[in-house]
Amino acid sequence: MHNKSLRELAQGLGNNDFSSVELTQYFLDRIEANKDINAFITVDRDASLQQAAEADKLLAAGNSEVLTGIPLAHKDIFCTDGLRTSCGSQMLDNFIAPYNATVIQKFRQAGSVTLGKTNMDEFAMGSSNETSFYGSVLNPWDKDRVPGGSSGGSAAAVAAQLAPAATGTDTGGSIRQPASFCGLTGLKPSYGRVSRYGMIAFASSLDQAGPMTRSAEDAAIMLQTMSGFDERDSTSMDVPVPDYSADLEKGLQGLKIGMPIEFFNTDLDSEIASITIGALREYEKLGAELVEISLPNSHLSVPCYYVLAPAEASSNLSRFDGVRYGYRTAEFEDLLDMYKKTRAEGFGEEVKRRIMIGTYALSAGYYDAYYLKAQKIRRLISDDFTRAFDQCDVIAGPTAPGTAFRFGEKTDDPVAMYLNDIYTISVNLAGLPGMSLPAGMDSQNLPVGLQLIGQYFDESKLLNVAHRYQQVTDWHLRSPENS
Amino acid sequence: MSINNDDVEKIAHLARLAIDPAQLETYTQTLSEILDLVEQMNEVDTDGIDAMAHPRDTELRLRADAVTEENQRDKYLKLAPASENGLFLVPKVLD
Repeated sequence: MHNKSLRELAQGLGNNDFSSVELTQYFLDRIEANKDINAFITVDRDASLQQAAEADKLLAAGNSEVLTGIPLAHKDIFCTDGLRTSCGSQMLDNFIAPYNATVIQKFRQAGSVTLGKTNMDEFAMGSSNETSFYGSVLNPWDKDRVPGGSSGGSAAAVAAQLAPAATGTDTGGSIRQPASFCGLTGLKPSYGRVSRYGMIAFASSLDQAGPMTRSAEDAAIMLQTMSGFDERDSTSMDVPVPDYSADLEKGLQGLKIGMPIEFFNTDLDSEIASITIGALREYEKLGAELVEISLPNSHLSVPCYYVLAPAEASSNLSRFDGVRYGYRTAEFEDLLDMYKKTRAEGFGEEVKRRIMIGTYALSAGYYDAYYLKAQKIRRLISDDFTRAFDQCDVIAGPTAPGTAFRFGEKTDDPVAMYLNDIYTISVNLAGLPGMSLPAGMDSQNLPVGLQLIGQYFDESKLLNVAHRYQQVTDWHLRSPENS
Repeated sequence: MSINNDDVEKIAHLARLAIDPAQLETYTQTLSEILDLVEQMNEVDTDGIDAMAHPRDTELRLRADAVTEENQRDKYLKLAPASENGLFLVPKVLD
């Protein structure tokens, strides 16, 4: 059952081969049997089974959609009514969300079942899942290695087939990099495509939610449910949502794929380079044409991001003050002391580092040199993409500079950790859709992801381009069990 | 070093974060390393470039000033570390 696609599961439910309760029970048992992976922070069996029973009624009444009765895992960054929503932080360890995020509400309306809340880097700040208050997540391909981050729990859950599909969020690569490390298909939609309402904010001008799945076909189904205008998110865009499954089969003859020369320079690991180029050769066989493009300011994306994201985070995380919800320190002298101790004890080290960087960048006398400067560079990076898309339909390159690394390898060096997102961050800065799909295995049998970058709101093209590749390759079908 | 211990103490105060004096040096060092990375931005001349705050440069929507939420005071207060008589409790601010 755990090898089935979303479409196959929907057919199985429709044909009465199994019920949603049976399916949900099956995955809950797999989660229990694989607890060592630590993919989940919260699982509420009774609540999941109750949702499954409701879905079975909808199915029996013939009142179902494609996801009705299918259990899904959600990153613990989405507020789920009545269920703990921790964002991987001690600060929210006792927080039972009083409402549903729009993304959760849409999945519930579609009749899907919430299997549980997945582990993540604290407040989505990290590239290895090692900053979680709830401990590290193991990469199912090699349990001595990280699953990537920040959506590491979702990635590990889908890779270990503890859930048919999951949600993630991506501020600088947090869907695509763990998808690459765990051999999954992960899609970060265009900024404004998916509602951010009820998704705990990290950097509001960059955050987007998206699917983490085993194929582009599954990603299309998930994205269909997640997308759409939401009155409750002021940055949600009121544009039509196409049928994401409609164009999957379209041929790629004449498709122009841009290869950024800056991504394929001598700094790129030779194994990653040869696997990435191998995937592009496959596209040539499918009729696509490769064109060299340039993104001349891409080397500035990490510096630019490490001003903008911490600045926005320092502002967003000021709400955690020990007054209205979450953690409060036990002993304090006065209000200021209460704030300071609450935040010092409730936040982990990486979160505190970023709050301080952001506070510094926004402080009097430094705003122009840091924040304003970074916003101008953001424009240059965005303009590079606009020019590049005059020459090509999609852009392709590596997702991450390497494959899954070992625990502790980069924890003492924040800057080395940040450079994991060197190929993904510019996509968030420009607001474009980006995707990672499995394109090979390195010499240590670890998955390598290929990144595809699309034009604004053209997720359909990315899904089409990814799907055609998955029809002629089988990297996406491999799992830690059968590899 | 881009910043010193005094700067870090000042930033921590602005950010409402208590800092363990034993960790001050480590913070100064790692924050300096991050700021050194950020300094690469200065390689580029950005005179005359418009700042970009939103990927689509769109204006934020305005909504009608209508009541859309029901009163859920008790539900929300239950989440508070301390509350009394329908109010959030904080340490005494005025003597």
